[in-house]
Amino acid sequence: MSETGKASDGEYMIDKLMMYMEYPFVRYAMIVGVMIALCSSLLGVTLVLKRYSFIGDGLSHVAFGVMSIAAVLNLTNTMIIVLPGTILAAVLLLRTGQNAKIKGDAAIAMISVGALAFGYLLMNKFSTSTNLSGDVCSTLFGSMSILTLTRREVTICAVLSVIVVIVFIYFYHKIFAVTFDETFAKSAGTRVNAYNLLIAVVIAVIIVLAMNLVGSLLISALVIFPALSSMRIFKTFKSVTVFSAILSVFCAFFGIVISMLAGTPVGSTIVAADIVAFGICSLIGRFTGTR
Amino acid sequence: MALITAKDLSVGYGGQTVAEHLNFKVNSGDYLCIVGENGSGKSTLVKTLVKLIKPVAGEVKYGDGLMPGEIGYLPQHTVVQRDFPASVKEIVLSGCQSRMGLRPFYNSEEKKLAADNMEKMGITDLSNKCYRELSGGQQQRVLLARALCATKKMLILDEPVSGLDPKVTAEMYELVAKLNKEGITIVMISHDIKSAVEYADHILHIGNTIYFGSKNEYLNSKAGKIFMMMQSKDPHVGNR
Ligand SMILES: Nc1ncnc2c1ncn2[C@@H]1O[C@H](COP(=O)(O)OP(=O)(O)OP(=O)(O)O)[C@@H](O)[C@H]1O
Ligand SMILES: [Mg+2]
Repeated sequence: MSETGKASDGEYMIDKLMMYMEYPFVRYAMIVGVMIALCSSLLGVTLVLKRYSFIGDGLSHVAFGVMSIAAVLNLTNTMIIVLPGTILAAVLLLRTGQNAKIKGDAAIAMISVGALAFGYLLMNKFSTSTNLSGDVCSTLFGSMSILTLTRREVTICAVLSVIVVIVFIYFYHKIFAVTFDETFAKSAGTRVNAYNLLIAVVIAVIIVLAMNLVGSLLISALVIFPALSSMRIFKTFKSVTVFSAILSVFCAFFGIVISMLAGTPVGSTIVAADIVAFGICSLIGRFTGTR
Repeated sequence: MALITAKDLSVGYGGQTVAEHLNFKVNSGDYLCIVGENGSGKSTLVKTLVKLIKPVAGEVKYGDGLMPGEIGYLPQHTVVQRDFPASVKEIVLSGCQSRMGLRPFYNSEEKKLAADNMEKMGITDLSNKCYRELSGGQQQRVLLARALCATKKMLILDEPVSGLDPKVTAEMYELVAKLNKEGITIVMISHDIKSAVEYADHILHIGNTIYFGSKNEYLNSKAGKIFMMMQSKDPHVGNR
């Protein structure tokens, strides 16, 4: 994050940024990017602690597979099938995870690698696009810039992000209870299976959202890094959740700004910012002796 | 009517019976101790009582307005993941989840209940501490306070003293006895038959021989005499 070089350089950067910001669309895109980052961080703790992180990883590959189907079908609005497809996969993965007879992890590995292979195969064989490797690359690592999102994608992302945040806040205490101690929650009459399903569906939505921002291979980073960073410093569920949301928003904002100024790919820039933040939080954690 | 009535109840996992033909009653205000050898199905029985698993055969009836979700349950093992960020307060409050229903936030009444129960358990000064950083005895008190938040009537405790040192064990027993005097019905699994007969008023013995009755009857019964003798011969049974 050393974009402030010489003074003239800095001025030039600020001018460039101001120029970008004049376009309403750039502002919307930035707001949406930051909102997606906020959503991704919310369920991070649950994902890390509930052994759902592998589901998240598997799902992001499934999302890639469905995305390639959408590309082959030449759909302008890929979200129409990517969202339901990923949600369906989340529900199925949750089922197999609960079924003690099938090894959950193995099933997930199979599905996720299978989806990757099929996705690439489909795109390679049937895609009408002239820039195939560019398409594949941007589905895997995110678009070059957040500005390539279409107006419709921006709207859908904004709506979905707001829904995710509302659902999370509404069910916050339930999510804590189910994540912390499923057995007790069940004995207290909480409908644990229903909430697990809800969590899985929300994770699927978050993954589809995050795919727009950072691409399918980097989603896990966006979801998990803020939570892990926050857990280095804080020790209560609430403080960890709040801080990881703040951190994620902060990193996404800087990532987007830097990517616009320096012309770097937006997804990996955000993730790089998350990694730097993780390093700083680890140091702070060690320094204050909380770990 | 009794709070819990078990009729010819068989418990187990996936159709496999672990303990069968259990008949007993828990009345309001009782202090029932469940004893028996390792693996005899005590934990399985209480899991059935709190509806974590289904009975293999027979039935459990809940009476006196007791709903199964309103029983405060302390599991034998609470596996909390390493590094789980959760404060004592957050955990105790989560005991109110059954009262809360679909309401998204805890109300002031529930917050007060949690605070009162932390006070009762003597963990008020730990309320902002991280659960993972507490000692075993402190953790057990936190989970007991959480169980208390979940119930007005009945606690089911699965070996609440396992792993605690003698002093903390004695404190725990006193705490539970005090709760019982305040009117909360107690069902407790224990390996420590001496304390069981000291505090409980009813005993359910499961295993090779099944026995249910009042404490005094148990002490004079064959099952009771054999079990007491075994325990006094082998001091390790009590505190694995
Ligand atoms: N989740 C499970 N699935 C299948 N079988 C189980 C499960 N848990 C326990 N069992 C079996 O059920 C039997 C009874 O177990 P249970 O835990 O009820 O014993 P217990 O009386 O509580 O013993 P302890 O004194 O060691 O706690 C054991 O033989 C055990 O192997
Ligand atoms: Mg047991």
